[in-house]
Parts: sequence; C-alpha cells; structure tokens
Amino acid sequence: MKVYVDNNATTMMDPAVVEAMQPFLTEQYGNPNSIHKAGSSIHPALASAVDQVYTAINAADADDIIFTSCATESNNWVLQSTWIDDILNGDKDHIVTTEVEHPSILSTCKFLEEQGVKVTYLPVNEQGVVEAHTVSSFITEKTALVSMMWASNETGMLFPVKEVSKICREKGVKFHSDAVQAVGKIPVDLQDVDIDFISFSAHKFHGPKGTGALYIKNSQKLSPLFHGGEQMAGRRSGTLNVAGIIGMGKALEIATTNIGGKMAEISAKRNKIEDALLELEDTFTIGDRNNRTPNTILISIRGVEGEGMLWDLNNGEIAASTGSACASEDLEANSVMLAIGADNELAHTGIRLSLSRFTTDEEVDYIIAHFTDAVKRLRAISSSYAIVQPTPGGEASCEVH
Amino acid sequence: MAKNDILGETLWDAYSDKVTTLMNNPTHQGEITEETAAANGNKLIVADFGAESCGDAVRLYWEIDPGDKIVNSKFKSFGCGTAIASSDVMTELCIGKTVQEAVKITNIDVEFALRDNPETPAVPPQKMHCSVMAYDVIKKAASLYLGVSEESFEDEIIVCECARVSLGTIQEVIKLNDLKTVEEITDYTKAGGFCKSCIKPGGHEDREWYLVDILENTRKEMDEEKMAAAADAGSAGEFATMTLVQKIKAVDAIIDESVRQFLIMDGGDMEIIDIKDSGEYIDIYIRYLGACNGCASSSTGTLYAIESTLKEKLAQNIRVLPI
Repeated sequence: MKVYVDNNATTMMDPAVVEAMQPFLTEQYGNPNSIHKAGSSIHPALASAVDQVYTAINAADADDIIFTSCATESNNWVLQSTWIDDILNGDKDHIVTTEVEHPSILSTCKFLEEQGVKVTYLPVNEQGVVEAHTVSSFITEKTALVSMMWASNETGMLFPVKEVSKICREKGVKFHSDAVQAVGKIPVDLQDVDIDFISFSAHKFHGPKGTGALYIKNSQKLSPLFHGGEQMAGRRSGTLNVAGIIGMGKALEIATTNIGGKMAEISAKRNKIEDALLELEDTFTIGDRNNRTPNTILISIRGVEGEGMLWDLNNGEIAASTGSACASEDLEANSVMLAIGADNELAHTGIRLSLSRFTTDEEVDYIIAHFTDAVKRLRAISSSYAIVQPTPGGEASCEVH
Repeated sequence: MAKNDILGETLWDAYSDKVTTLMNNPTHQGEITEETAAANGNKLIVADFGAESCGDAVRLYWEIDPGDKIVNSKFKSFGCGTAIASSDVMTELCIGKTVQEAVKITNIDVEFALRDNPETPAVPPQKMHCSVMAYDVIKKAASLYLGVSEESFEDEIIVCECARVSLGTIQEVIKLNDLKTVEEITDYTKAGGFCKSCIKPGGHEDREWYLVDILENTRKEMDEEKMAAAADAGSAGEFATMTLVQKIKAVDAIIDESVRQFLIMDGGDMEIIDIKDSGEYIDIYIRYLGACNGCASSSTGTLYAIESTLKEKLAQNIRVLPI
C-alpha cells in the first residue's frame, strides 16, 4: 500500500480540479488579455475562479487577490516592496518576523538585512508559537511590517493572528501572514481577521503547483515585484496562468465547502494515529492538538533518528517528513525544532505526518502498524537502548553540531 | 552551478546499494556482554562516540583475546542509514585485526568498503562528515584497551578527517607534483573530497588547517626554494641563467671575496652599476670610488684583474666596463 502523509509539503490534485482545468490546457488556450474571442471567451471561467477564491477567504470586493506563481513569490513581493515603499522611500527601517517562518520569509529578511533593514526574529514558546504580547513588545515607531505565519508547516500549530492583527492595527503597523498552511485547511475569514496581506498557494489544498496568491486589503499600495504588461491591473505582470487560477478556485471551493465537517474527519484520523503512536514508550508530540491544523502530527521518538525512521517508513511505501538535519542536503538542523528548544534530541528524532482528506481508514491502520514496526526495529539497533554500558572512560557527549 | 546542479541531488539516490542493504539488515548489530567475553577468556571493550543530541551516536563493542586480537565486534547506533551501514562495515573491518592494526582503519577505508564499484562514492559528501564515525570510536576503544591517551595515536596533524590525510602528506604531494589547485590536491590525496570542511573556512565544521591555506603557503615555500636553488645553481657556474638580481649578488660576492679588499688597501672601492646580457657578452658596468677614481691602473691592471677573476669564477663571456 502506498501512503502519502506529507501533505504539508504538497498534495494530490483533486480529480475534480484536474477536470475543471482540463479545457484550459487544451482547446481554450487563448490569452485572456487578447481582444479576440479566443481570449475574451476565457473571462467567464476566470471570473468564476476569482469569485471562488474571494468567497473562500471572505475577502471584500474592495480587496485585491492577486494571483502569483507561488507563495514564495507572494512572500517576496510583500517584503521587498515594503522595503522599497516604506523603508527606502519612507521613514521606516524595521521589520518584525519570527524564527520559524518558511525560508521564503527568512531568506528574504536576511537579504533585506544585507540592504540595511533592521529585522527582529521573534522566538517561539514551548508550543512552537509566538505569543501576541511578544510581537507587541518589539514593534517600534520605525516598524514597517509584521510578518507572522498563520499556521506552522512543521507542527501545524496555529499562531495568534487575530490578536496580532489588532495589535498591529492599534500601532499602525502593516501585518502580513504567510497563510500557506492555513488556507484550505482551517477557516480563514478576512472579515474576522483584520490583516493587510496574506500569502497562499494552490498545491497545499489539492490544487495545481505553480499558482499562488497574495491578498491585499483595500487594494492598498504595494509596488509591483513583476513589472510589465497590464495583467492583474498592473499589480502583477505576466500572462495569466489560466488553468492554474481556475484550478485554485475550484480546489479552494471544494476545500472550504463544509470545512468544519472536513476538519472533523481529518482530525479524527489524525488523532487515531497520534493516540496509537503515543502508546509507544518514550514518544511525545509537539503542541496542543486543539490548536493545530487538523492534519498534522510532529512526533519525537526517543532513540530513533529521523532520517533512519523516514527510511524505514519509505521502505513501507509511506511518504512522511522529518525535521532531522541528517535528511537535509546541507545538514542544517531544522529551525523550528531548534526554536522550540524543548530538547536538543528532538531536532534529530522528529517525524512529521501530515494527512489530507484523501487519507483513508485503511491507510491510518497501515501507518500505525508500519510505524510501530519501524520504531521496534530501529530501537533494537539504537545505542540509546543498548544494555551493556561503555567501559569506564568510553562514554561520549556531543561536542559538535 | 550548471545543468547538473539545477535539480539538486536526491539524498538516498546517492547511497550505494551496499549502504541500502546494510541499513536494512545490519550484520553485526548487537551487543557483547562481559560474561560472554570472560567465558571465552577474552576482554570486553565498549566505547561510545557521538550523542543523540548530536544527531548520530555509535557504541562499539570489541572482544579481544590475550594476543590483542579482536575476535568479535558488534555495534549499536542511533543514526541515519549511512551511520548504521558504516558502523556495520567498521565492525567487519575490525574483526580479525589486532588492536594496533585496527587503529589504522580510516573513515575512507569504511567508505571504500561500502562502495559498489571503486569509482563511485558510497555516500554523498555531507554524509561522510557526520555519519562515518569509525576512526573516532576505534581510537577511543583502542585507547581504553591499551591504557594510553587517544592523542597518542596522532603522530601527525590530520588536515582531512574523512580521508585521514596528514599535513605532511599534503605538503609533500603539492611539492612532488607541482600542484596548483585544491582540486588537484583532492585528486591526488582524496583530502577535501568528502565532507569538504577542510577545503576552506565556512564548511560543515571549523578546522585548524584548510587546504587553501596549505596550498598557498606551500606554493610560497616552493617559490622560495626555487629562488634559492637558482642562486645555488649560479654559484655552481650557471651565471648566464641567473636573474638580474642574482647576477648582481653573485658578482658582488666575488668582488667582496677576491677584489674589494685590495682596492680598499689602496684607499679606493668600486660599485656595480648595471649588468647587461647581450647574448654574446655579459657586460658588467662598474664605477670606481675613492682613490681608484682616476688611478692609472684602474683602466688597465686593476680592470684586467677584476675581469679575469669574474671570468674565472662566473662566466667566460664577461666584460667589465668602468663608467
């Protein structure tokens, strides 16, 4: 049985989404910016996709939702244009973000620091989230923007975006959230949360790869990142990714229809796995289950290194993910794991399982069985569970990393 | 960066089949107890290296007979696939060796034993650094058994931990083969070919010695040696091949040795103004100083004496021209 539980990385496209996109990859290939029928005939489908996206996140008509190539582009756009508009050409000099953001935020902030921008990276608590009062205490008169994720890709933990949005509004600071792990998974209501910008991406909710979006409240000023033609009212130039936008609309409509019911189904399966794995000795999960996206588990298994665990899961055709440094190309320890700071070992023993609405009950049982076997096998090899102790003088401690 | 780097490497695809096989079924995984070793009349040594919080840890067990021979070896490992597979091969390599022989096992030996074919590395470079811990744990076990410090096994400075290449070896190879780039050093010695930390600062871990510095300093030494050799060659009679500065020094040396004292006795002196090599002749321009200046002999007997001395000691085609 092939089981995919790495849905925070990317998801399977819903067959209904593929079907909705199909005509626009074949016969309806016109450029919507062309004047002829081949182009203009695309408009109704695009308009309908735009409606679907506005509805799904409860955006107002006065707001802009601009389609991009991915959430990385959306994040870069907000940060780089804030720098140009409010720092280079304004009187601000400071951006507040968190230690656990996606690389598209962190690397862009590092780049802006090289350009002279001051950036504050806020720490997380033992639950892996930044607390609202922490954000509040680091905002200054010179702060141009606060950028804080809506939900963590690693832990699924939800960040206090509503509280932070109020703080930012009071202090007159713009607020951006990378909502890539939230949109399509939990309700995102932009009439309820007063936020200036959010980024999201279709492939995280069973839509196509290569289609992201940036929500811009009240169509406020934000210089374009891509200059060129008049697409998207000049806010983001480049020929429209017609099929991608239509796919995003359809995928988001499906994901947010009866989202409460979908969340309950996914979290029931997630909880079943989590409960079973916590039955194993010396395991623990990160973050309060009720304050997480319904699909995510980050579990630490004592004595079992993450890449080794992933290896055994992979042998069982289970696709999961690890924050272990050993599994990354550069061997850098996972920033979220280190930021939580509860236990250094965690940085090497964390396994992330992220389910989707396509995860079946059979798969849940299969995961539990196979996961348990893998833990048994690897603990049998593990020095952490060895009985014979080192000859006196033969002990070791960690000196590097 | 180029075409082959655009998509990057898939980590597990870079593991050899042997790594895969041993990760799935390690042969020497397990423990040896004190009782078992004692029952066989042998000694048990157990040594750890690394720690869970480090990401990789290995525990090595040696059962050693009274003749210092490792008759059995096992391991336990908290680690990724390459840590487990390399620990397995390490124990395999230890069995049958004496403790003194086992200390000579390098991480490269382990990595080579994991290769499917001699040309293709068994693990990607970044994995060599963190997961192949053979040398360190063996050194520790051996020091416990022999009752000596781990440092006592280090009779030289190790620049590349992965391949265990010493500073002396690298310097020698650069000199012997006239190496000009770090890549060439890696080709010749394998130093810097694995985790790459020792190539230059900023790698996986900080090192005391870096190949870039060793190369620069060794090249500098080589240049100095070359100049010294040229100077030596000059005094051996190859005046024509010397650099201008060397020629001036050589001429000066001869003047100091055989001429100047006689000029000074007469209240005079001389200096070298220039040396011009026309191919047929080497013309040495001099100027007389003090009493020599204007002395009748300065353009006859003295000049002849200077010229014939230089001809005899340096080169037959020398002409000395006072100005």
